[in-house]
Amino acid sequence: MDSQDPALARMIDRVVAAQAEHSSLDIRGGGTKAFYGEPPRGEPLDVTQLAGISSYEPTELVVTARAGTRLIDLEAALEEQGQCLPFEPPRFSPGGTVGGMVAAGLSGPARANVGSVRDHVLGVTLLNGRGEVLTFGGQVAKNVAGYDVSRLMAGSLGVLGVICEVSLKVLPISRAAATLSFERHEDQALGCSRLWASQPLPVNASAWHDGRLYVRLTGAAAAVGGACSKLGGTVLPPDAAMNWWLSLRDQTEKFFALDESDLGRGERLWRLSLPATAAPVRLPGRQLIEWHGAERWWRTSAEAPEVRAAAALAGGHATLIRGSDKSAGVFTPVSDVLMRVHQGLKQAFDPARVFNPGRLYAGL
Amino acid sequence: MNTSLRSDVPGAAAPAQAERVLRQKEVVTALTEAMPRGAILFRHEDIAPYECDALTAYRASPMAVVLPETEAQVAAALKICHRMGVPVIARGAGTGLSGGATPHHWGVILSLAKFNKIIKIDAASCTAVVQSGVRNLAISEAAAPVALYYAPDPSSQIACTIGGNIAENSGGVHCLKYGLTLHNVLRVRGFMADGEPVEFGSQALDAAGLDLLSVIVGSEGMLAVIIEATVKLIPKPQLARCIMASFNDIESAGAAVASVIARGIIPAGLELMDKAMTAAVEAFVHADYDLDAAAILLCESDGNPEEVAEEIERMEEVLNAAGASRIEVSCDEAQRLRFWSGRKNAFPASGGISPDYMCMDSTIPRRRLAEMLQAIQRMQGKYGLRCVNVFHAGDGNLHPLILFDAEEPDEMRRCELFGADILETSVRLGGTVTGEHGVGLEKLNSMCVQFSPAERAQFLAVKHAFDPLESLNPGKVIPTLHRCAEYGKMHVHRGLLPFPDLPRF
Repeated sequence: MDSQDPALARMIDRVVAAQAEHSSLDIRGGGTKAFYGEPPRGEPLDVTQLAGISSYEPTELVVTARAGTRLIDLEAALEEQGQCLPFEPPRFSPGGTVGGMVAAGLSGPARANVGSVRDHVLGVTLLNGRGEVLTFGGQVAKNVAGYDVSRLMAGSLGVLGVICEVSLKVLPISRAAATLSFERHEDQALGCSRLWASQPLPVNASAWHDGRLYVRLTGAAAAVGGACSKLGGTVLPPDAAMNWWLSLRDQTEKFFALDESDLGRGERLWRLSLPATAAPVRLPGRQLIEWHGAERWWRTSAEAPEVRAAAALAGGHATLIRGSDKSAGVFTPVSDVLMRVHQGLKQAFDPARVFNPGRLYAGL
Repeated sequence: MNTSLRSDVPGAAAPAQAERVLRQKEVVTALTEAMPRGAILFRHEDIAPYECDALTAYRASPMAVVLPETEAQVAAALKICHRMGVPVIARGAGTGLSGGATPHHWGVILSLAKFNKIIKIDAASCTAVVQSGVRNLAISEAAAPVALYYAPDPSSQIACTIGGNIAENSGGVHCLKYGLTLHNVLRVRGFMADGEPVEFGSQALDAAGLDLLSVIVGSEGMLAVIIEATVKLIPKPQLARCIMASFNDIESAGAAVASVIARGIIPAGLELMDKAMTAAVEAFVHADYDLDAAAILLCESDGNPEEVAEEIERMEEVLNAAGASRIEVSCDEAQRLRFWSGRKNAFPASGGISPDYMCMDSTIPRRRLAEMLQAIQRMQGKYGLRCVNVFHAGDGNLHPLILFDAEEPDEMRRCELFGADILETSVRLGGTVTGEHGVGLEKLNSMCVQFSPAERAQFLAVKHAFDPLESLNPGKVIPTLHRCAEYGKMHVHRGLLPFPDLPRF
C-alpha cells in the first residue's frame, strides 16, 4: 500500500499529530460495532476513505481489500465468483467494514468447523502509533517470514494500530447445503452436535435454542445427501434454513434483541466461550448455543461476577456483548503475565497510547 | 564446508578460550541447582550431536545442553539462565531446516526430548493434550483407535516434534485443505524467558484479550518455551484417492492448478514436479513416473466414498480440459502411496544425483508459477548450475533444489547467487522468502529484502514485549541492519542430511 495515497497520508498526519499532542484517536469504520468492547474514547479517525478491493484473484483464493471497504461489497464481489468468507462474520448493519471485521475478530455460525476471522487473515498493512506504515504477512497462504503480526490484529480492537489493508483467504461456496432440525433438550443437543462433529460428516454448523437443535451440512452433494439420511431429523426448507443461519450470524434473531425495557431490568447479553464439552451452564435467563457447545449466548440479569465465575468454572471466558452497564468490564481479565505481554505489545506498536485507549482493557 | 557460514552464527567470533571455560564452569555449576548433574551435558563428545539442526552448514558448540524431566526443572533452568544472562535455545528433534535450533556459543540448549508424553486423547472434544517433545506422527497414531488424527503433516513427521512444529508453524502436503499448525493448535502452556509459567490460547475456541497464540505459533522459540499443547484432532477421512496427471509443458500444468481451484475444488493435496525432478525421483523410487512429461501433477481427494467419487470425477474433467497428456487415478491405497513415494523422496533423490544441493522454500502466488519456473530456467544458464523443482502447487510453496558440488571451485558461490536470485524473484512476484522452513539463521539476510527497516524494528519490539532481555534464541529471525547483505541457503554436503531416511518435501 502506497503511503503517498492521499487518504492514507492524511491519516498518517493525524497520527503523528496525536502522538505529538498526547491525544488519542478512536479508529472508526462503519461504526456498526461501536457497542462492542469498552466505550470508545478519543477523536474519531475515519477509515472509510480507505476503501476498495485492491486485488482479487479467485484462483488464488485470496482477496486484498482496503480497511474501509464495506463488508457487504466485499462479499458481493466474492459471491460473483462463487466464493465467500467461510467464517461468516456478523454484519450488525450494512455499513460494517473489512477493517472493523478484523479488528473485532468476531466469527459466525460456521466458526467451529471452518475457523475464525484470524484463521483467514493472510496479511495486513497497518499504521502504527509512530505513524509508520508496515506490512506483515502477505497474499499467500504459507508464509513464515517473521512473527505473525497480521493475525495478532484480529480481535485487537484497534489498540495496536490502524488496519489499512488486509488480505484474506477465501473459499468456494459449498456446492450443496442442508439444514436438519431435531427436538432436543440442552444436554442431548450438546451430546449430539459434538458427536456428529467428531465423525467424518459434512457438518458445518450447529445451533440449539428453545428445545431445538439445528445442524447445517455443507459440501459435495453426495456427502450432504448421505449425512441427511444418516442423521434423520426434519429438513428445513432452503429459504427458512438460510434465514435462520443469517439471523444467528447477524444477530437479528429476537433472542439477541434487548430493548430499553430489557436493559432497564438489568438484562444483558453475554457470550461465553467454553470448551465444547463443558457441561450445561446454570444461570438465570435464556440461552442460545452455537459452535457445538463452544459458544453459549446468555441473556441474563445475573451480575458480571456470577457470569464470569460460571464461564471460568467451565474452562472458558465471558464477554459482555450488550448491556447498559459496562462498569464490571466487558472482557475477562487475563493473567498478570499475559497482561504484561499486552502492555509490552502496546508499547511496541503504540508507545504514546494514541489508538483506542481502554477499548480492550484499561491501561492499554 | 564454507567457512563464511560459520561466522554467521551469533557469538561465534572466537573468544578467549579461558574466558569461555570459566563461564561454562560457572553456568554448569549454577544449573546443578536446577537439575541432577546427569541431566546437564557439557563435555565435547556429549554436546556434539546438538551442534546443529538439519541445516548442517550452520554449527556452533553450546556451553551446555540441559535435558530437564520436570516442569520445575525447566522453570529453574530458565530462571538461572535469565539471571546470568545466558541465551537459551529450546530444541525438539532438531529436524528443522533453517538453523532455528543452532546453538549459541555463549548459550545453553534446552532439550525438551524428555517431554514426550501424550497426556490425553479426548474423542469427545476432538482434542489431544501432548507434551512438546511428542512426535507429530505419534499424535495421529495415538488418536487412530478413535478414528481421529492430527492434520498437519510436515514431511519429517515421523521424527519432528509438536513443539518444533509450533515454533515453525509447520505445514505439510495437506495444509491447503486442513490448515497449518496455527489452525490446529488451541492452547499452549510453558514458560516465559524468566521462568514464569504462562498459557496462551484456551481449551475454548478463543481466549480473552489479544490473540497471542497467533504470535507464539511460528515464533521460532524466541518468545516463550512451550512444554505442552492442546491440539485439534479431526475425523479421519474414510478414503483418499490420488490422480497423477502428466503435462507436456509447465504452463498448462500451472493453468491446470488454477482451473482446479476455479472450479471450486479444494484438493486434499496438490503437488507438482518438473521433468528433471521426476527423473531424479524415478531413479530413486522406481514408481513408474511418466518420464516424458514436462510436469507431473498429483491431485488428491479425501472424504467418504461418495464424495471422493464425485470429486475425482470433477478433477479428472478439469485436468483433461486443461490438456493433461496422461491421467492415472489410484485404485487402492498401495497405488496411492506409490504415486506419492517419489514426491515424498524428492530431497533424498536430489542427493542421489548431485554431491550437494541447496533447497529454497519461497512461496509465490500460484498464478506466477510458470513465470517463476521460466525464470529459474534462465538462471540455470546464467549461473551454470542445474535446478530441479518440486512445488506445493495448492498453496504456492516452491522448493527449487539447486544442484552443485562444493568441491568444485566457485560452484558454492554461484549456487548462493542462484538462490538469492530465486528469493528475490519470489518477493518481486508477490511472494515470501519462506513458506514453511522458517527463517532461523538461514534466511536472516533475505528478511532484509522482504521487510523494511521499520518493519524489522517492529518485529524486534514484539520480541521485547515477550522477552525484554533477548534470552530466548537470540539472533534468529530478525536480522540486524549490518547483516542485511546477502541471502540464505540450505547447503547439504554430499547428500548428508541428518536423518537421511526421512522423506522431505
